[in-house]
Amino acid sequence: MNCREFVDFLMSYLDHELDETVRAVFDSHLGGCRACRGYMDDYVKTVEIGRIACCEPDGPVPEDAPAELVRAILEARGASKL
Amino acid sequence: MASDPAVRARDEALMHGLRCGDDAAFRELVELNTGAMLAVARRFLRNEDDARDAVQDAFLSAFRALDRFEGDALLSTWLHRITINACLMKLRTRRRRPEASIDDLLPGFLEDGRLAAATEPWQDRADAILESKQSRRLVNEAIDLLPDIFRTVLILRDIEGFDTEQTAEALDLSVPAVKTRLHRARQALKGLLDRYFSRGHT
Repeated sequence: MNCREFVDFLMSYLDHELDETVRAVFDSHLGGCRACRGYMDDYVKTVEIGRIACCEPDGPVPEDAPAELVRAILEARGASKL
Repeated sequence: MASDPAVRARDEALMHGLRCGDDAAFRELVELNTGAMLAVARRFLRNEDDARDAVQDAFLSAFRALDRFEGDALLSTWLHRITINACLMKLRTRRRRPEASIDDLLPGFLEDGRLAAATEPWQDRADAILESKQSRRLVNEAIDLLPDIFRTVLILRDIEGFDTEQTAEALDLSVPAVKTRLHRARQALKGLLDRYFSRGHT
């Protein structure tokens, strides 16, 4: 097991998709490899950050509807007889 | 939210108006939801004209499907899902643009398979990083920088909470392809964020 293999299968490792014997090999690599521990920690943070950032204030939060878009939608409804 | 009785009551009144073809109800529905739907569409499409088109398409689809709205979800949740579908449709049909490679953002390895020049770990926890308004902006900008095929998978899986099978179905991809793209997308996003949050870079 080297870092490349660990990183390639990191998502499967984190999702508990590896069988026990393979997982033990990953655990053993992780125990002895500071670089992979750091990579995994920041990978997990990346997922968490991506998930939270867009729901937070200053993310693309709902804003006032552009008046011209509202008008265009309502006109399109009329034109489509919906 | 889903159990908020005031929102439920407003939805019911609005739905009654919509089914009667009341113009004021349609106006209210559009005014209440366009902002949130546009925010979703911008994230998927990164192009203002495309995002507005997708929101309009989503509303027209919703108007056609009003009879099928069963009221077990909130109207806003229902419209959110329809918006995602409209965005995916738009992504499928718009001309594929050449996009930058993400190879530079993926980790490098030495010949023996060891991680090459690993960046210093990030100093702060995820929640601490996101306390800063500037950091939140950087994260959103970084997500926007990912090429369509990676960003779309990342948004559906990590942000919208689709599972792998739902994502595969929505994007007409195999399950292994979704997994590969998601892993690459996360690695590329990490590569972009290392520039801001890694100790060695700050």
